[in-house]
Amino acid sequence: MLRTGVLTEMNDNRVREANFGVIAGAREGDDEVYAFPVNGTADACKDAVQTYGVEKVVDLAVEGAELSSDPETLAKAIADAVRHFELKALLGLNSPRGRDLLARIATILDAPLALDCLKVDLGQGIVTKSHFSGKTLATLKLSGTPLICGIRPNAIRSRPDPREADILPYQASVEGAGRIRVKEVKKAESETIDLTEANIIISGGRPMNSAENFKVLHECADALGGAAVGASRAAVDAGFAPHDMQVGQTGKTVSPQLYIACGISGSIQHFAGMKTAKVIVAVNTDEEAPIFGKCDYGLVGDLFEVVLALTEVLKASS
Amino acid sequence: MQIYVCLKHVPDTVAMINIVGDAGFDESVKFVMNPYDEYAVEEALKIVKQEGGEVIAVTVGKEAAASTIRYAMAMGAHRGIHIQADAQWVDSMVTSQALKKVIHADGTPDLIFTGKQSVDGEGMQTHYRLAAALDMPAVNEVTTFSIQEGKAVAEREVGGGEREMLEISLPCVVGASKGLNEPRYPKMTEIIKSKKKKIDQFNLADLGLETPAASSELLKLEEMPERGQAKMIGGSPKEMAEELVQRLREDAKVL
Repeated sequence: MLRTGVLTEMNDNRVREANFGVIAGAREGDDEVYAFPVNGTADACKDAVQTYGVEKVVDLAVEGAELSSDPETLAKAIADAVRHFELKALLGLNSPRGRDLLARIATILDAPLALDCLKVDLGQGIVTKSHFSGKTLATLKLSGTPLICGIRPNAIRSRPDPREADILPYQASVEGAGRIRVKEVKKAESETIDLTEANIIISGGRPMNSAENFKVLHECADALGGAAVGASRAAVDAGFAPHDMQVGQTGKTVSPQLYIACGISGSIQHFAGMKTAKVIVAVNTDEEAPIFGKCDYGLVGDLFEVVLALTEVLKASS
Repeated sequence: MQIYVCLKHVPDTVAMINIVGDAGFDESVKFVMNPYDEYAVEEALKIVKQEGGEVIAVTVGKEAAASTIRYAMAMGAHRGIHIQADAQWVDSMVTSQALKKVIHADGTPDLIFTGKQSVDGEGMQTHYRLAAALDMPAVNEVTTFSIQEGKAVAEREVGGGEREMLEISLPCVVGASKGLNEPRYPKMTEIIKSKKKKIDQFNLADLGLETPAASSELLKLEEMPERGQAKMIGGSPKEMAEELVQRLREDAKVL
């Protein structure tokens, strides 16, 4: 049986939800899946990932090195384990940490790499990903081994497949690189939901008119059961929202189940960041706004009135 | 300081991409410097202003890519290197080997900047491969950068608003993200001066690069699937909200 590895990103020792879709991507060819916990313990990782079909959890260590503060040494250790366990592919989340590690590992292994994949066929070495910032879909053939792919969060649906996984301790025989050191991790100022991994996103554009008014979207996000709040470039450039919240070509690429665009006209650059959302809802006063030509549900009206009404309806019916 | 900035000449982000054949596109659209590379050029210029030295703009691209080098020079880069290729898509392993070869022959980099990714191929890997080829550390998606006590200090977002402060030994390769700085607009006098600056020319095919161990080949380009006609929902705000929630629950099943 062929083996595929999955980088499993953890926060506060909990596996991030979006990883389960990556595991589903690795399971498509019925491969035996090896999970590599990143930023968490093997025990905590095992409890979560075995529900989705993972067979082995690799408990990685390097003598004398602190893997969490040296991404180069962590990448070397994982690359060493990929060779040791003869994995034919390694998948991970296309998150900032995931794609950084995958690129480092691909470089060490002289392996082909495709990031931000929407679909992967590991048997054929064929991946589908965006090109031209989401304006086109590209099919790439990767040659060389192992195949290294970053999967766009939420692009592949997770599929439960419970089993009992084993923990495999592995002492990587690599030297600490010591060239990069994480000096400090600055936590987010508030407990926010990661935009790129959110199932529902409600975004505001220039007509939000102030940073203060984003409160209206946050209240609606809560009523939606914990949605994330995003912003258009126009709203970010006007200083109404931080760049972290920007969806679009020079911001984040998102792929939620539901995207609600409020007061966003729908520029090609904004669409580049959210067009793979399953359902797009647009609220705009201008019935000629281009976004109405490219969404699933369109509501012509004042965004504040509509969003407030939406919040009330959601609260009343939950 | 000798700072190399690696650039890519790409279709303007507002350009419509018209697919030609299986995997080609109409290249008559306007091309510009890859937007993220502007942050890279600006950062290199800022450092050279403080520390002294020169900024060398390097690109692998077709003949027209020379205009991206000229743009970097109009921003203030001192000279340029153009490795001519006969296609818009050159595999990252080949590009990184070509960059390594010409940079190595040209000088001794103290720093190499580039954009975090190109906005056309979105590969996000050439700079990592270049760093490995030159045996330097790489950091990507950098939003603040400085040199302190002989080391690079960089900040990058790692998701959910969380940020990492990194200390990196020099020389290193840095991938610039939006927010790193405000790239300058070239002044007319600088644009005129840039025309006299030197661009060394190489041909990719003449560099004698070995065939890489891995590659990715573009088989097909397609339009992103568009949505059907939008369902417009009318009425008072309350009526619209009620109908929307019902449709999202019952038809789309996303709530």
